[in-house]
Amino acid sequence: MTTNHSSPPDGAHKPRLVVIGNGMAGIRAVEELLDRAPGLYDISVFGAEPRVNYNRIMLSPLLSGEKTFDQIVINDRDWYTANDVTLHAGDAVEMIDRQRQVVITKSGLECPYDRLLIATGSMPIVIPIPGARLPGVVTFRDVDDVDTMLAASAKGGHAVVIGGGLLGLEAAVGLKARGMDVTVLHLAGHLMERQLDASAGHLLAKELERRGLTVLTGADTAAILGDSHVTGVALKDGTELPADLVVMAVGIRPDTRLATSAGLEVGRGILVDDHMVTSDPAIMAVGECVQHRGSCYGLVQPLFEMAKVLADHLAGRKGVGYAGSVTSTKLKVTGVDVFSAGDFSGGPGTEDIVFRDAGRGIYKRIVLEEGRIKGAVLYGDTGDGGWYFQLLRAGEDVSPLRDTLIFGQGFAPSEGGAANPTAAVAALPDTAEICGCNGVCKGTIVKAIQEKGLTTLDAVKACTKASASCGSCTGLVEGLLAHTLGGDYQAAGVKPMCKCTDHDHDSVRRLIRVQGLKSIPDVMQALEWKTPDGCHSCRPALNYYLLASWPGEYVDHAASRFVNERVHANIQKDGTYSVVPRMWGGLTNASELRAIADVVEKFDIPTVKVTGGQRIDLLGVKKDDLPAVWADLNAAGMVSGHAYGKSLRTVKTCVGSDWCRFGTQKSLEVGVNLERMTWGSWTPHKFKMAVSGCPRNCAEATIKDFGVIATDGGFDLLVGGNGGIKLRGTDLLAKVTTEEEVQEYCAAFMQLYREEAHYLERTAPWIERVGLDFVKARVVDDAENRRALHERFLASQRHAQVDPWAERAPGTAAARDFRTLATVE
Amino acid sequence: MHRPLDWKDIGQLTDIPVQGARRVEHPAGRIAVFRTIDDQIFALRDECPHKKGPLSEGIVHGHAVTCPLHNWVIDLATGAATGPDEGCTGHIPVRVEGDRVLLGLVG
Ligand code: SRM
Ligand SMILES: Cc1cc2nc3c(=O)[nH]c(=O)nc-3n(C[C@H](O)[C@H](O)[C@H](O)COP(=O)(O)OP(=O)(O)OC[C@H]3O[C@@H](n4cnc5c(N)ncnc54)[C@H](O)[C@@H]3O)c2cc1C
Ligand code: SF4
Ligand code: FES
Repeated sequence: MTTNHSSPPDGAHKPRLVVIGNGMAGIRAVEELLDRAPGLYDISVFGAEPRVNYNRIMLSPLLSGEKTFDQIVINDRDWYTANDVTLHAGDAVEMIDRQRQVVITKSGLECPYDRLLIATGSMPIVIPIPGARLPGVVTFRDVDDVDTMLAASAKGGHAVVIGGGLLGLEAAVGLKARGMDVTVLHLAGHLMERQLDASAGHLLAKELERRGLTVLTGADTAAILGDSHVTGVALKDGTELPADLVVMAVGIRPDTRLATSAGLEVGRGILVDDHMVTSDPAIMAVGECVQHRGSCYGLVQPLFEMAKVLADHLAGRKGVGYAGSVTSTKLKVTGVDVFSAGDFSGGPGTEDIVFRDAGRGIYKRIVLEEGRIKGAVLYGDTGDGGWYFQLLRAGEDVSPLRDTLIFGQGFAPSEGGAANPTAAVAALPDTAEICGCNGVCKGTIVKAIQEKGLTTLDAVKACTKASASCGSCTGLVEGLLAHTLGGDYQAAGVKPMCKCTDHDHDSVRRLIRVQGLKSIPDVMQALEWKTPDGCHSCRPALNYYLLASWPGEYVDHAASRFVNERVHANIQKDGTYSVVPRMWGGLTNASELRAIADVVEKFDIPTVKVTGGQRIDLLGVKKDDLPAVWADLNAAGMVSGHAYGKSLRTVKTCVGSDWCRFGTQKSLEVGVNLERMTWGSWTPHKFKMAVSGCPRNCAEATIKDFGVIATDGGFDLLVGGNGGIKLRGTDLLAKVTTEEEVQEYCAAFMQLYREEAHYLERTAPWIERVGLDFVKARVVDDAENRRALHERFLASQRHAQVDPWAERAPGTAAARDFRTLATVE
Repeated sequence: MHRPLDWKDIGQLTDIPVQGARRVEHPAGRIAVFRTIDDQIFALRDECPHKKGPLSEGIVHGHAVTCPLHNWVIDLATGAATGPDEGCTGHIPVRVEGDRVLLGLVG
């Protein structure tokens, strides 16, 4: 059977062009061809979908209800008729017979071709897990999928979207708009990881959560549950989520089935040359189904570029051909502005320019390489996306724009003019709000600077209240001072924490508390960090500040800790570790010593040494053995000694009045009790204590962070000693009479240090910096404050006194990271 | 002579912690396999060019790792020390296929 194609009356037959795929690329190619050479071909289009050509990218607004099907149709029936294009909608091509130059369809139709265009697009990937084919599991590719989702959402209930990429998120937001409870499961560490960097991905997740969606990253799906219909989703970590609908949006694969069985050359996609011609000169391919110069694309812009080239070719014009596309992405969720383009992964030889405006929820990052834009990620303000994309595609040298590039096109220097960073503030209107907390506008600040002769940030703060609350507008206010005063302005001498930020330690600590910042990405955004994910210097500090500010709420970020604290052992010069079990107050007994001896033999530990902190160090343990070594020590009742941590270390004691002929108090007991109260606490730097039973001071309490020397009448409490690099003897903090007071003063002092000192500042330099009087005023003179500090210390200890060794017992998920990943020959 | 690379499957992407690393034993020396915050995988000889510190134990930031022993910062893509320090440790080609991680070793 042949088709009813009319041959031209004179018998000279027009070349027949058959298009497989009534989608975006195929029809765009036909449109471009009709533009160039109307009537040149006799055109037939086969579409598997029983409908006219529509705008697939608008399926998202169709799902959310922002558009109707009619509104997303690109070409209606009249268009096909008017252009003499025969449409076979709902009749998929099942075979290409290259010998006879015909295509054969599902309904049995045979249609001859002179030129064939394959534009079959791609297929959604279905991950092969149990339950993947259950009713209620859909992909997101065509109108039928949207209809299935709409039918499910009409009943409400839970939807689980697997895949937090562009499609998954648009599906999730759409289903939420339709009234479902939506959870997004994403395998990678952050959303849209192929388009966004971690910072932007984090902001996006927060925004979606604010809109009522649940986002789980690092979520590895194990199975879809249900007998006759989906009822839930199980994750590899054991979590189970209820689900009435599951949307799989984990990626696409070029649909090469027809091409493969026709024997065309196929890689990941159908291989085409620069003119979109396949390995058979009569057959062309375009769209998502092709692979060109090694790349497959999943966005419309490259397809449109291909369609132009293809139309040139079909129309017999000699064009330059297709050279591949650089793509950019936007997420189509109303009110969420996300843009990305090019390669923003950074790497050697690249340079990041990062701009964050916490007040307006903006994050921008531009990656430069040799003076050219290599990639860009914009969140919150995507207005300049097109401009960056244009500079990127043109490969233009942006060095002359470097200083103001991140502010956007509006601040680019005019022809020949030099860039001026303060122009950014200068260009703001007088009514622009600078300080969000206190509602102060630019005009007010500039007027105050001019009329009252203000020259410093503090003066502006005092006079206008700008920057006096949260401080996040400090940079802008300084910019205004610089702009208004010109050369007369000198920024105040704050010492930034590191090159990633302009804030110093104190302001970071303060802002974490007043702004309620509870994660490292939150801090970096709110305080406008200048690097995407910090460095080895600021990340451990932030982790500590968050932990100290929000005990029980902040979840420790292991990747932001130094190796010793991450693996709970001290790294040695050869990469092995030392293990020091806690020995309360330096006391031990036969069963502990026996367990230690057994461990040494069992794991062949080369060195056993008594430390300067009165306990036993096992040196040279292999990392793979650590969890097992700990398990054996745990079994004998021993816990980690934190010999590796910025944390409480040891409490040295002397024998005291229990045995010693000079002893005045039970120093052993006092020491053990102090260690029981304080073990497990994290501190800005290591914290050591000692309790001596008399002023002979055999425990060396006068060079400890907190020392106790027993006297006839009670206890001398000593603080700020240090035996290390720079010797410092302690200062006398107070004299007390009871052991309860020793405990309360100790906890209060430690808590003050925990809340006030900079990360990696020991008590000795801290006291030198703030002065002993500062400490005394809060811990000694103000009894109420002392009790409050004591209370806060105990509160945080409730979350801290968990043995890190037990948490990493063999077989736990945490123990996994200690093992060698693989051994290869 | 240029010998073809032998691609060895060493495990799943999610076996490696984000902003962290795992070790792989190889007859020619230990290899550190890193996963950065943007889910890219890199592999280096697990030996700092300074004094052979185990880079697998360093803090990973951007596409760099800070050596745990004396804070040299090593570029993950090249194995070269950055900043004022000089030296380079070998880097190993990596390929991610689906969720599997493969190292390109000289066969
Ligand atoms: C094991 C031990 C030496 C020994 O064999 O006795 C030791 C070993 C180390 N000390 Fe220490 N210190 C040890 C007691 C001391 C003492 C004595 C004490 O605690 O009574 C001091 C002087 C007192 C003090 O801290 O004020 C001491 C002052 C230091 C310093 C200098 C600190 C300072 O503020 O100046 C460092 C360097 C640092 O922390 O940055 C240090 C650093 C180190 C490190 C962690 C070096 C490092 O970063 O790798 C060593 C770890 C070796 C390991 O794997 O175990 N160690 N170190 C002692 C462990 C005590 C314990 O049971 O936990
Ligand atoms: C929900 C959604 C949102 C999107 N959002 C965006 C966006 O914001 N920006 C962007 O750039 N891109 C977006 N995309 C991607 C964009 O839609 C695709 O890149 C584009 O549609 C691909 O065009 P194509 O012609 O190659 O494939 P398609 O448009 O899929 O067309 C292929 C057609 O071929 C048909 N077909 C397949 N096999 C046969 C056969 N054997 N016989 C007959 N017909 C067959 C299919 O049924 C289909 O209709 C989105 C995609 C989806 C699904
Ligand atoms: S004194 Fe120096 S060499 Fe000895 S353990 Fe302490 S840090 Fe190491
Ligand atoms: S061994 Fe790496 S910095 Fe010294």
